[in-house]
Amino acid sequence: MSAFTGTGWLTRLALRRDRVRLAIWTLGSPLIGYALAESVASIYPDEQNRIGYAEVANTSVVARAFNGPVASTDLGAVVVTETYLTLAVLAALLSTFAVVRHTRQNEETGRAELLGAAAVGRYALLTAALVVVVGANVLAGALLALAFVGAGLPAAGSVAAAAAIVGVGLAFTGVAAVTAQLSVTSRGANALAAATVGVAFLLRATGDVLGQRAADAVRLDSAWPTWLSPLGWGTQIRAFGGERWWVLALPVALLVVGVAGAYALAERRDLGAGLLAARRGPATAAAGLLSPAGLTWRLHRGALTGWAVAVAVLGLAMGLAGNEVDDMIADNPAAAEAIAQLGGGADLVDAFLAAMLALFALTLGAYVVQALLRVRGDESDGILEPLLATAVSRYRWLGTQVAGAVLGALALMLLAGATTGLGYGLAVGDPVGWTVELTGAALLWLPALLVVAGVVTALFGALPRLSVALSWAVLIVFLLLGQLGAALDLPQAALNLSPYTHVPSVPAVDVTVLPLVVLTAVAAALLALGLTTFRRRDTPT
Amino acid sequence: MSVISIENLVKTFGGVRALDGLDLTVEPGEVHGFLGPNGSGKSTTIRILLGLLRRDSGQVRILDGDPWRDAVTLHRRLAYVPGDVNLWPNLSGGEAIDLFGALRGGLDRRRRDELLRRFDLDPTKKCRTYSKGNRQKVAIVAAFASDVELYVLDEPTSGLDPLMEAVFQEEVRQLTQAGASVLLSSHVLAEVEALCDRVSIIREGRIVESGTLSELRHLARTTVTVETGRPATGLTELPGVHEVRPVDGRVRLEVEPEHLDALLAHLVRFEVRALTSTPPTLEELFLRHYGEAVNGDRQATTGGTR
Repeated sequence: MSAFTGTGWLTRLALRRDRVRLAIWTLGSPLIGYALAESVASIYPDEQNRIGYAEVANTSVVARAFNGPVASTDLGAVVVTETYLTLAVLAALLSTFAVVRHTRQNEETGRAELLGAAAVGRYALLTAALVVVVGANVLAGALLALAFVGAGLPAAGSVAAAAAIVGVGLAFTGVAAVTAQLSVTSRGANALAAATVGVAFLLRATGDVLGQRAADAVRLDSAWPTWLSPLGWGTQIRAFGGERWWVLALPVALLVVGVAGAYALAERRDLGAGLLAARRGPATAAAGLLSPAGLTWRLHRGALTGWAVAVAVLGLAMGLAGNEVDDMIADNPAAAEAIAQLGGGADLVDAFLAAMLALFALTLGAYVVQALLRVRGDESDGILEPLLATAVSRYRWLGTQVAGAVLGALALMLLAGATTGLGYGLAVGDPVGWTVELTGAALLWLPALLVVAGVVTALFGALPRLSVALSWAVLIVFLLLGQLGAALDLPQAALNLSPYTHVPSVPAVDVTVLPLVVLTAVAAALLALGLTTFRRRDTPT
Repeated sequence: MSVISIENLVKTFGGVRALDGLDLTVEPGEVHGFLGPNGSGKSTTIRILLGLLRRDSGQVRILDGDPWRDAVTLHRRLAYVPGDVNLWPNLSGGEAIDLFGALRGGLDRRRRDELLRRFDLDPTKKCRTYSKGNRQKVAIVAAFASDVELYVLDEPTSGLDPLMEAVFQEEVRQLTQAGASVLLSSHVLAEVEALCDRVSIIREGRIVESGTLSELRHLARTTVTVETGRPATGLTELPGVHEVRPVDGRVRLEVEPEHLDALLAHLVRFEVRALTSTPPTLEELFLRHYGEAVNGDRQATTGGTR
């Protein structure tokens, strides 16, 4: 029996386990690529638009940091710049999670032990995971190239653009293969690999911000930190801008090094063990933990911190970009219309800022849903049962969870307003005034977030088993009504179903109080419904 | 005043009648064993007692309160150990213990530390890294360190090794010496035999047998093995004698307790050389009621209460 015995069998097992995930991954990423390519093509139809785009994108610090350099003024280059970050981060995270799922998670749950006792070699589990993940990346990449060609882009550039994404996926496959050996828990392995994605993003952003602009402003030569980042390599291939195919060797090399390292580590450790010891905790609880509120804070603070960092960075970036809105879309009526539709009002900058707050509010709706649905997770995992067998009433417990989710979302929303205001204020020289103004405007979204919390609570109380699926479905309906409703010319009655429709888009329009009062009343009714139905029902798993 | 009194309790899930007229009484200061196969309704009964499930009909009193309406005040006076403990993965075991204690209304720090030592549990490990047995210990320590009147234990020792099982039994005895009552649902018959003053056997949502172990034994047959000088005849015709079969030149049979006397009178006529009489083990009592699926109609024809 060789160390690889059983690899084929385990590969089929992994494919069977992940058939739905893999299908969504390999089809979803090309579909996103196609949709974005089509929409970019409609916004930047001719060369003149694109020269303007390239000038702004390669000049603006914010655009450089987020999207990286624009390789040329070809339509394909604009498509790549607009889609790269989304597709690359998606490929990096999906690869990471898939590798960890089929390696460390199997060990953590004890499945690997069962398999290891069968006729399965030492390397088989890791090899099967790599075969599946590399295969999924290549397949998704091939379909993505076809999608770009299908959107009317030249073949060579399309292949290079897709290969850039595949490269990112392969590079992080190598990274995850190593982190899965290091950490004892799949959570830890995922976190290590995701942190690497974060560092790669920061390196690339730094390198691109520090880059040198060529004289004609349509080309940006990134500085050296970009070359340290697997996310940077993808942009340096310069798809649609005189492709540099040799750059593809870098992610492949990282994959090879990572895999070799992972095999070496697998050889040296016991099954289930890691090189990083599991972290320990305190032997006794701090006084702050010993209440439902203390527990809620403890359980949410990690996610809340992550959201806060992301919101603050995005808020500052969007605020700084606010000053460039006029330049960016001065000669681009399509983009101007899109912003005006979302933000409303006459002044383009005000509309942009209002639209950003609306987007933050929609995104933070997801925070509310995710944070509050923890109640259902605890119930179905059986964590809730011993808790409710203590002297904590159901009202108190659920009320605390709702308060925790809403207060967290409110804090994030105010942070979004403050950082957006600060960014824009810094750009136009009035940081205090704009911070106060947009923080106030952000506060107006609280009633809409309360309605989201009310919907989740009511669903949890009345229909616990369906509450997870229905809560997300309702949020997606709100999102679609807010984003596409006006564009699709849906009747006002349909748009009115979403609480987001009713919040005045300050600073683009004036404050109106009545809709906010009505939203709050609706939220209160939904919360009351959720609390009473939860008090009266069983606690099903 | 009983600690727990349940009369004619009914609970249905959809079309399934999980509890079908269940009666159960737990007296103050006793350890009450609650026996039954998986799916017989033990955990459903316990969840109703804890106010986690609503009853459809029937009378339920626990610590002289209504488990649904008075849940919060009652829960200050009882502690619960579930059979399958799930904990917050990112809290340490010590934090989880303190949290449960605090939410129940405080725990005895000295007891907590003593129990941690006795159960050999490392409180600094994160709950996600605990094995099943260690998660079980977290719940046991949290419950036993609380000074309450009633302990509701739902298969509390699943996953514990024999050493820990012994510690568990000693700790339960300490609780009852201090005057507490215990409802112990269990599959470990040796544990029930060692600890319980009274036992109730549940089957398909009803109690089929309830009483002290010696009372239950009186309801069940004694196994008699006898060696006689001359072949014993006419045994199968005797009233209350069953399962007569020869074993290595001896005869083994089962006899109902009230017919033991008549059996002995009959046997002496065949020169008894050796005789052993074994009272039924709890396992046999238990199997009488739920061994049907295993043993087919043999048990069905002889089951006492059917």
